[in-house]
Amino acid sequence: MEHGSLTDLSSSTFSLMDEDHTLANSVRFTLNQDPRVAFCGYSIPHPSDNKVNIRVQTTGDSAKDVLKDALQNLMVMFQHVRTTFDKAVADCKENRPSEHMNIDTP
Amino acid sequence: MPRVSALDMPDVPMGQLPEHLQLQRTRVVCKADAPIHTEAIQYSGAYASMGVDNSLRLESFCKNFKIEVIRLTEDEMEFDMIGIDASLANAFRRILIAEVPTMAIEKVLMVNNTSVIADEVLAHRLGLIPLNADPRLFEYLLENDSPNERNTIVYKLDVSCRKGGPRMTVKSDQLKWLPNGSELEMEPPNQSAKPKSYTSFSCSQDSMPEFSKKPLGMKHEDIIIAKLGPGQAIELEAHAVKGIGKVHAKWSPVSTAWYRMLPEVVLLKDIKGDDAEKLVKKCPVNVFDIEDLGNGEKKATVSKPRACTLCRECIRGVNEELVELRRVKDHFIFTIESAGALPPEVLFTEAVKILEDKCDRVISELS
Repeated sequence: MEHGSLTDLSSSTFSLMDEDHTLANSVRFTLNQDPRVAFCGYSIPHPSDNKVNIRVQTTGDSAKDVLKDALQNLMVMFQHVRTTFDKAVADCKENRPSEHMNIDTP
Repeated sequence: MPRVSALDMPDVPMGQLPEHLQLQRTRVVCKADAPIHTEAIQYSGAYASMGVDNSLRLESFCKNFKIEVIRLTEDEMEFDMIGIDASLANAFRRILIAEVPTMAIEKVLMVNNTSVIADEVLAHRLGLIPLNADPRLFEYLLENDSPNERNTIVYKLDVSCRKGGPRMTVKSDQLKWLPNGSELEMEPPNQSAKPKSYTSFSCSQDSMPEFSKKPLGMKHEDIIIAKLGPGQAIELEAHAVKGIGKVHAKWSPVSTAWYRMLPEVVLLKDIKGDDAEKLVKKCPVNVFDIEDLGNGEKKATVSKPRACTLCRECIRGVNEELVELRRVKDHFIFTIESAGALPPEVLFTEAVKILEDKCDRVISELS
């Protein structure tokens, strides 16, 4: 699933099967936010293939590790989103129990 | 005179962006013809020359990220998601529409259909009916699986219209749940074989604790499926399975899920007197209001920027220098309309979990 030269680990193209813009665009965002990344982009070679290519070029670190860190960061962010969301919903239900379940409330 | 580097500009403050760049970075400005600064500046070193770090640290994300629930009902919710990039907000939206699983009718076994509605059209209509079944309690029916009580829900529809009577309407409440599985028998391969039904349930679904309290019925009882004339009849069995919206929209758990960026309406100059009155009248959603300054003077104010639909009526013609319409790039007003199988707050949590699983899958493939 990974393509890249064997001598230069700092730039690689990763080919992910069964993924699309949903994951690729999010990963591109976190990769671009990483100061170790010199270039990052993704492409979907053909709209009817379920495949996405992610290109990562770093300033020296192994592209694979950087991608892995980006995914790990993404997961931490998602976990934080989930806990924040659950808390906000619980607060809402607690504070407005009468409005909850009432469809007519604007 | 001492020589100084051209890049060393003492009047430019290091470590913070000038106002116009900050505006470009955080706001989309909607001009009368087209919006500008629509791109998100993602590259971490975009402002390195000004000593500004554009990278996102996890700690700062966790500190600044906020969610506020605006409205929460049984099948609709609106909330503000603040401090997140559009790429992630869009990922949530895409997952909600296409990858959160639900149950929907997939296979229809027609026994008799003498109504005017063709078999395939009727089957398609049945597929679109929202079922009141929690998809988390079911498994996917894989290619080599036989349908059992863990992956299939069976419904039966047996209606006929009396000869000489009035026409009748078939509604979704006439679909009856068969907790024991299919009642139809497959043709046996030879005479001696025992006939088998189309499903192989090992126990009745209503004896399972998760379904005994909550029968697997329809979400809405009054969906019109077909109309029958005197003497016409429909008899069929419908098998519902678990699936995702990517495969077919009938499995999408939401009617729709969308977000919009928070509108920001700024009055660049004071607008007074008649002009203020005119501005207030121009806006169809009443974003502006009049403030009384005393001694007969009136001033326009922005009272409800959130209501702005970006019709740009207020900046048409003469007002472009007076009013500026902006959108906050990292503030999303997210709306989820559930189709009924799960409440909207559960759908969002499920969507985020699916994204986490995706990340996890790729990480494990990489190592």
